[in-house]
Amino acid sequence: MDGVALLTIFILSIFVGFEVVSKVSTVLHTPLMSGANAIHGIVLIGGITVTGSATNPLEITLGVIAILLGAINLVGGFVVTDRMLEMFKPKKPVARSDDGGAA
Amino acid sequence: MTPTWVQLANLLAAVLFIFALKGLSSPKSARNGNLLGAAGALLATAVLFVSGIPLANILLILAAVLVGSAIGWISARKVQMTQMPQLVALFNGVGGGAAALVAVIEYLEVGGENKISLAATVFTVVIGSVSFSGSIITFLKLQELMTSRPVIIPAGKWVTMLVAALTVVGAVWLVISPQIWLLVALLVLSLIFGMLFVLPVGGADVPIVISLLNAFTGLSVAASGYVLNNVLLIIAGTLVGASGTLLTKEMAKAMGRPITSTLFGAFNGTTAGNTSTGGDRPVRSGGPNDVAIMLGFANKVILVPGYGLAVAQAQGTLRELADLLAARGVEVDYAIHPVAGRMPGHMNVLLAEASVPYEQLKEMDEINPEFASTDVVLVVGANDVVNPAARTDKSAPIYGMPILNVDQAQQVVFLKRSMRPGFAGIENEILYDQKTMLLFGDAKDSLNKVVSSLKNL
Repeated sequence: MDGVALLTIFILSIFVGFEVVSKVSTVLHTPLMSGANAIHGIVLIGGITVTGSATNPLEITLGVIAILLGAINLVGGFVVTDRMLEMFKPKKPVARSDDGGAA
Repeated sequence: MTPTWVQLANLLAAVLFIFALKGLSSPKSARNGNLLGAAGALLATAVLFVSGIPLANILLILAAVLVGSAIGWISARKVQMTQMPQLVALFNGVGGGAAALVAVIEYLEVGGENKISLAATVFTVVIGSVSFSGSIITFLKLQELMTSRPVIIPAGKWVTMLVAALTVVGAVWLVISPQIWLLVALLVLSLIFGMLFVLPVGGADVPIVISLLNAFTGLSVAASGYVLNNVLLIIAGTLVGASGTLLTKEMAKAMGRPITSTLFGAFNGTTAGNTSTGGDRPVRSGGPNDVAIMLGFANKVILVPGYGLAVAQAQGTLRELADLLAARGVEVDYAIHPVAGRMPGHMNVLLAEASVPYEQLKEMDEINPEFASTDVVLVVGANDVVNPAARTDKSAPIYGMPILNVDQAQQVVFLKRSMRPGFAGIENEILYDQKTMLLFGDAKDSLNKVVSSLKNL
C-alpha cells in the first residue's frame, strides 16, 4: 500500500482512538489502560512476520525474543484485564439495591 | 502479496479492537469489550498462520508463541490484585521491547534503502526502547524493589537533556547514513533515556507515567506497522496511542496534576519529598476498644480505604465492620478517592473483590460535602489522599491534588502500621491533630480486634 493511504489510515485512527474513550469514569481508568495495553500486544504478528523471513541466527534469535515478549504482552494483557473486570458483575448492584436503601 | 481474505480478516480484527476500547469505556460492556479485543487478536494471529504467506522457522515461531502466551497467562492469573499495576507496567514494557526488536530485525533484513520507511524504523526503535526501559523502572518502583521516591541524579536535568539531544542527533544521522553500529548506539541511548525519564518521577505519579508509556508503546507499534506495511498494526497501535494519550490527560486531571509537572517536577526540585517535621511530635494513640466505642456510638461514619488495606488483605474484615455498624443503626459509607490504591479505579476493583455493595462506594465529589456532618472517619491504610498538605503546602509534591476532606469531621481514626509517611513520602499534619486517634498495627489485625470489641459492646 502506498504511503499516503497508510498515512490516511493513521490519521483517521487517531480520531477514532480519541472518540472511543472520551467520557470514561475514573472507575474504569485502570481496566481501560490495561485493555489498551493488551491491544498493542498485537505487535506479536509483526514479530512472527519478521521471524518468518529471518535468515541468519542473529535475526532468528532476536525474532524469537520479540515473539516471546509480544505474546506475553498480548495474552497477559487480556487475561489480567478480564480479571479486573470480573469484579464488575452487573448482577451484584441489582441484587443489593433494596438492602442498600434500608441501610 | 497478502491475499484479500487475509486483509479482510485483519479489517475485522481492527473493528473488534475499536469495539473493545468502546466497550471498556462503560462498566456494563467492559468485560465483553475486553473479550472482543481478545477475539480480534486471536483472529489476526490465527489467520497469519494459515494465510499461505511462507513462514520460515515455523517451529521456533510456534514454540515462542506458546511459551510467551503461557508466561503471560500464568502471571496474569496468579498476580495478587494489589500487585496488578506493576504487572500492567511490565506487560507494557515487553510490548515496547517487542516493537523495537521487530524494527531492528526489519532493518537487518532489508537495510535502509527507503528513507521514509527507515525513519519509521528508527522511530519504532527509539520509542519502543524508551517504553521498555521506562516501564521496567516503574515496575521496580511499584514492586518496591527500588525506592518509590523520586530519584534525583546530580545534574540529572542536564544529563537527561544531553541524552535526549544525542538520541535525536543519532536518529537523524542514522536515517541519513544507515550504519549498524549507529543503530546499536541509538538503542542504548534510548534505553538510558527511558530510565532517566522515569527515575525522577515520584511514587504517586507513577500511574500517569504507566499510562503515558502505554501510549508510547502504541505509537511505536503503529510505526512498526508502517515499516512492515501491516495495516492492522498501524490501526491497533494508533488507537492505543491516541486513547492512551487522552487517558493520561484524564488521569492527570483526576489527580490534579498537570502532566508537565508530573514529568518534570523532579527536575525543578519541587518533588524534594523531605518535608520531615520531626518524628518525635506527640500523637494520640488508642486501643481497639476505644475505636470500637467511638464507632459504635456514632451516628455517621465514613470509611476511607487505602492501599494499606489491600496489602493487608483486610477488605473483607472492613466490610464485616461496616455491616456490624449498619446493624447498630450507624450510617456507613465508603469514601473512594479517584487514585486510592495505586491507580485510578484500583480501590473499586479491590473492594468489589470483597463484595462491598456498589452503592456504599461514594466518589470524592459526592462524599466531600458530607465530612463536616460526620462523627467519625476511619482511615484504613490511606495517607496521601487525605493529607491537607495538598491544599495548603505549596512545596508538597502532592500540592494541588484533590483530597478527601477528612480533617473536617468531628473525629478521625487512623489505622496505620507505623508513623512512616505514605507513598508520596510526605508528613501528614492530621496525624498530630487533637481530634485524631491512631491505632497502630497491621490493618487486618486491628480491624479484627475492633470488630470483636464492637460485638461485645
